[in-house]
Amino acid sequence: MAAVRSLESTPGSLSGLGFRRVWTDRAMRWLIYAAFSFAMIPLVWLTVTVIRRGITRFTYDSTGAHRLNLEFLTSTMGDVFGGMPDGGIMHAMVGTLMITVVAALISVPVGLMTAIYVVEYGRGRLKRWVTFFVDVMTGIPSIVAGLFAYALFAVLFGPGTKTGLVGAVALSVLMTPVVVRASEEMLRLVPNELREAAYALGVPKWLTVLKVVLRTAFAGITTGVMLAVARVIGETAPLLVAVGVSNSLNWNPLDGRMMTLPVYIVSEYRKGAQPCTNPGVPCVADVAVDRAWAAAMVLIFIVMLLNLVARIISRYLSPKTGR
Amino acid sequence: MKTTTEAPPAAGLAIHQRNLGNSAFAGLTRGAAITILVTLAAVAAFLVAKAWPAVTTPQAELSDKVEWLNGTSLPQVIAYLIFGTVFIATVAILIAAPISFGIALFISHYAPRRLANAFGYLVDLLAAIPSVIYGLWGAFVLVPVLLPALQWLERNFNWFPLFKGRVLVDGTTSVGTGRVALSAAIVLAIMVLPIITAVTREVFLQTPVLHEEAALALGATRWEMIRMAVLPFGHSGMIGATMLGLGRALGETMAIFMILSPGLSFSFSLLEPASHNTIAANIALNFPEANGMGVSALIAMGLALFVITLGVNMLARWIVSRRAEFSGAN
Repeated sequence: MAAVRSLESTPGSLSGLGFRRVWTDRAMRWLIYAAFSFAMIPLVWLTVTVIRRGITRFTYDSTGAHRLNLEFLTSTMGDVFGGMPDGGIMHAMVGTLMITVVAALISVPVGLMTAIYVVEYGRGRLKRWVTFFVDVMTGIPSIVAGLFAYALFAVLFGPGTKTGLVGAVALSVLMTPVVVRASEEMLRLVPNELREAAYALGVPKWLTVLKVVLRTAFAGITTGVMLAVARVIGETAPLLVAVGVSNSLNWNPLDGRMMTLPVYIVSEYRKGAQPCTNPGVPCVADVAVDRAWAAAMVLIFIVMLLNLVARIISRYLSPKTGR
Repeated sequence: MKTTTEAPPAAGLAIHQRNLGNSAFAGLTRGAAITILVTLAAVAAFLVAKAWPAVTTPQAELSDKVEWLNGTSLPQVIAYLIFGTVFIATVAILIAAPISFGIALFISHYAPRRLANAFGYLVDLLAAIPSVIYGLWGAFVLVPVLLPALQWLERNFNWFPLFKGRVLVDGTTSVGTGRVALSAAIVLAIMVLPIITAVTREVFLQTPVLHEEAALALGATRWEMIRMAVLPFGHSGMIGATMLGLGRALGETMAIFMILSPGLSFSFSLLEPASHNTIAANIALNFPEANGMGVSALIAMGLALFVITLGVNMLARWIVSRRAEFSGAN
């Protein structure tokens, strides 16, 4: 690379680089730098916007008085209507938590076992098919996953079944292939010497996989799972279809509708501006929009936190593979 | 001596248990792998099962029962929606692909080595942002900012089919609030950037160093080296990555649902409001209030989307995996 730079710096001299070649090179370099900066614009712009507008809802309380408070995080939307400067995301956070946990409980075992199959056991046609279709499955549109979960439960439990579990099944369809991919990569990183050492000591294969391979790859797999969770936690469309909306707290994913953070954002967004006619009643016209932004801020915070923790785990806890 | 005499039965027992454990565990992993295939088949099967009533009902009867069809037949509506979906996704990809290739080259060949990883992580963060937040940002922040540009396009490039629109008598344009296909496509482009970038970056990084050094040794500038060594090597990877991005763009729901003002037509104008909609956004719009037959019709649409994205993704994966065989790098 250093050689290239010295050639560039002496256009038309002994190096014999023509004017056109030098400028093509420079123009392309600037274009490529510009492409990267272009991608950073929405990232910064969006983050700043979400934080700036997300804070608004935290600056007034249920009486409409201006003071910083966290009511938004501890209240639900029960008995909240019109422009009442009230209402929060407690129920949505609970719903997101429950649905995501159930989705992870379904997809982590299936995904991890599939990855073990592909890396440690698989051979022949089944392995090729699984590898290929896991890739294909990562491309299933999220709304189709929602429709699938809805159709599945409609056939099994009658039409119109909308519970947290339906949403969790939809999310697990989206999450499993991501878990498989990530775990597969991590299992492949485990050096073969470790496996061979275990075999040499007379450890059976399945115990080798469980106690040596999985343990070595544990940090990496945790990272992969957390990134997969971060990916599905913001999924909106499948939950809109499979779980519906709710205004009150529901801890039971097996019974009744649940609210989730992404769906909450959409439903508040769709409410738009509220009429404020009675001057005696505390009312904020933009309260629904403020709620949408505040929920977006909380959601982005959760997603970024998951990403950050995942990176930290992979950085500090992953074994030294000597690669 | 005693131990050696006792050893054979003990070892035999251990081997027996070992085999049991081995085969049970192997069976378990195999079962999980088969579950994946079964799930994919089940997605298709259950969608077909629930779409069947709408597909088999006579169109006239269906139009009576399903409010949002507005008298149009279901195949006609699906045709409009497929057009809208493919149109918007294609425009998004045309915007995103060149930029993504640039970013991938920046990270693989231009950025300082020590910072390249951090830059890659920043681009990955774009993929971490939930689509509903892109929708919120697009609708409230980006579209108002884009609006003057859209109006300018409509005033000055009215002759160009993609920017066709009506300039009204008072000088305002028909682009209205700016919730048009172009705005949706731009947001969609931002969303697929990180996907295309991630795949192409990996491919560019795998370029044989010998090829690069050979090009440089022949006196190539950095761009010439990229054109001679990196791009030919990454060619099929770039195509595959673009198609993966297309697959993602075709299925994206919330951003389009929140930004685009929906309508049905075969209009090629990116600036005409209320003329496009996508399958996914249409499902999200109508599903919550749909009755039994309406749900069935929406699932039929979802099935169409599933088939299209499945085809695009399978083709993309096939192209990407083919590269590994012909790359000559290994």
